[in-house]
Amino acid sequence: MQEEMLNIHNGQSLAIARVPILTEPVFRQKIIAGVSRGLRLINLFGCVLDDGEKRIFSVLGNDAEGKLSISSFHVTTEKGTFKSLTPEVPQAHLFEREIAEQYGIIFEGHPWMKPVRCHNSVSDKPEHEGYPFYQLHGDEIHEVAVGPVHAGIIEPGHFRFQCLGEEIIHLEIRLGYQHRGVEKMMEQCSRERGALLAESIAGDTVIGHVSAWCNLMESLSGCEISHHAEAIRAIALELERLANHTGDLGALCADIGFLPSSAYFGRLRGVFLNLSAELSGNRFGRSLCYPGGVVFDLDEEMLKDFHRQLLIAQKDLNEIAQLMFDKPSVLARLEGTGIVSQRVARDLGLVGPAARASGCKIDVRTDYAFGRYRFCHIPISTILSGDVYARALVRWFESQRSIEFILNSLNDIPRGALRVEAGALKPNHIALAMVEGWRGEIMHIALTDNASRIMRYKIKDPSFHNWPALGMAVRNAQISDFPLCNKSFNLSYAGHDL
Amino acid sequence: MWSIIVNRLKQGFRTLPYPKETPYFPKRFRGRPILGENEGMPICKDKDPLNAVTGETKIIVDMGKLTFHESLKEAFHPGVIRYSQDYRLAASKREDLLLSNNERTLACALDVKMKKIFGRSLKLRHVSAGGCGGCEAEVQVVQIVVFDLYRFGINYVSSPRHADGLIVTGPVTKNMAFALKETYDAMPAPKIVIAAGTCAISGGPFQGSDEVHDGVDNLLPVDLYIPGCPPHPITILDGLLRMLDRIDK
Repeated sequence: MQEEMLNIHNGQSLAIARVPILTEPVFRQKIIAGVSRGLRLINLFGCVLDDGEKRIFSVLGNDAEGKLSISSFHVTTEKGTFKSLTPEVPQAHLFEREIAEQYGIIFEGHPWMKPVRCHNSVSDKPEHEGYPFYQLHGDEIHEVAVGPVHAGIIEPGHFRFQCLGEEIIHLEIRLGYQHRGVEKMMEQCSRERGALLAESIAGDTVIGHVSAWCNLMESLSGCEISHHAEAIRAIALELERLANHTGDLGALCADIGFLPSSAYFGRLRGVFLNLSAELSGNRFGRSLCYPGGVVFDLDEEMLKDFHRQLLIAQKDLNEIAQLMFDKPSVLARLEGTGIVSQRVARDLGLVGPAARASGCKIDVRTDYAFGRYRFCHIPISTILSGDVYARALVRWFESQRSIEFILNSLNDIPRGALRVEAGALKPNHIALAMVEGWRGEIMHIALTDNASRIMRYKIKDPSFHNWPALGMAVRNAQISDFPLCNKSFNLSYAGHDL
Repeated sequence: MWSIIVNRLKQGFRTLPYPKETPYFPKRFRGRPILGENEGMPICKDKDPLNAVTGETKIIVDMGKLTFHESLKEAFHPGVIRYSQDYRLAASKREDLLLSNNERTLACALDVKMKKIFGRSLKLRHVSAGGCGGCEAEVQVVQIVVFDLYRFGINYVSSPRHADGLIVTGPVTKNMAFALKETYDAMPAPKIVIAAGTCAISGGPFQGSDEVHDGVDNLLPVDLYIPGCPPHPITILDGLLRMLDRIDK
């Protein structure tokens, strides 16, 4: 008998034929049993294989033991329906909607089957006409609609609030406005174009996504990159985290009207972006990573300069954060706002700082260590309260750890080749790569066909897991708390919409 | 309160002396490309996936399609394409973004009538139409103390009804086309449109996708093109200030 779940590790590639094919009930039961044992449903996606056969793959993760397991089930052509997992496993909710949209598979009993990204609209008709928004009815109930064009400079999305007076009873978030068709374009494009696309999945997570893509290409071509290149990628990834975390802290301060820290954090973010620009020539680290290694090196002079600037930034960061977190008026606004309990965080399968702020101790850098993080560890910061305060504090803690990590890394970058050749991909293989981006767990999966071309490319941005949490955080809150809660998650629209 | 004052003194004055002085750019910064002579070597198309470069001996680079990647240099012999530190990339016309020799037309000022209306006060409404978030971040960041957009009389406003111009990022996805047009229509005339970033000019990495419109000028008349992936904040400022005739160097 074939085993029911196949263990796979982060960055591994294996023949598609080795992935177990289960029957629908066993597949279902394995996921339900796994999740009730505390595993996390990391991915669930559909794929049409070479021979036109539709398969659904699942990836379950045991975070505590750092084990990933993969299995699949065959969607037979005569029966295109599948009993929905969502009522038992809420984590599957958005995954199932995505599969339904991409492959026309019907999930019986799914409580919230709505489009994810496709608006199917003729462009002269308002997009939200005909979208089945959840509605409350009653004399005192009113509805507030926001977006897709927002007041600030942010990406587009539509928010629909059902309110009783000032109190939000329900928030529905409709996305898809940024849908560019990245997954589809990734299939069978040149490697150079692939790099451009990977860097443009989410513009604030360039290094996170492009390193996941590089890891996949390297894994599928059997190429091993040097420790030197791994160290540079890790430094770039931590710089990206620092830039975004400090930027978010500044944005939170701006939202509550605490302008000193807002202005200083805004400036400090620039320090980290400019360091990325010193390294790669681009403030977001574009052009740095390429399959086989990295394009740019850190020379002696740069090492000294990075060291000097980071020491100043470390001092600045702590002073500015202290200024913010010492103020009773700041804390009064942040504490107890937008609470996501640990149970909700687990049920929804949250990842990244949002999960760690709700007491879930998960971090790809530790649980499924990759690249440089296999040798240099970063402590995980968790807080239990799950409110805006916790999400802010977690960012400060993580920023401190990241600066320490880079400072230590600068002192001992292993020697090795900057870039090696990554050849053709192996045919009929599946590979997965996970990276802890600043928002959380990024996962890319690629399947190759007979001719070594990519036939399916699956991208999962951490925002995909975390968007539903925003709706939960504002439930029963005042509508004026929404911007603050939204900032505290700062999720990617582009990363979700692909 | 004392801690705030002490901190304020420590932080000091952080606004760049731009445009009086040319700001510092890192040595690896990739600005306007400098073209050398190509001795008949065919272009390695793999290294130019967006077809930004055309021509054989005399090559033409379309900055509206350029993502300013290091790998583009590898499409030719070393030295045929180099990147300079020139951050002044914006242009008023799409064809001004085509570089064929090393002379180029910078963005020109609005006409006398428009300049009279907008020259000292310009209110912009931003719409993200499918951008990855990179251009949005740079459009946003020009407001912070370092670049301080507001000192030039240029503001971002929340409502298109209050706006004189639209700054658009992203290739314009099918799903955003309607909202973009609505926003444009809601602005009172006269109005200007600025396309910021390679995606907004030509579709960038997403050009050719079924889900996007390959740039703003397929839907709206564009008055200023600011190339870059994403454009550097100083490049954005430079474009805006040239349009308003506030710098002439």
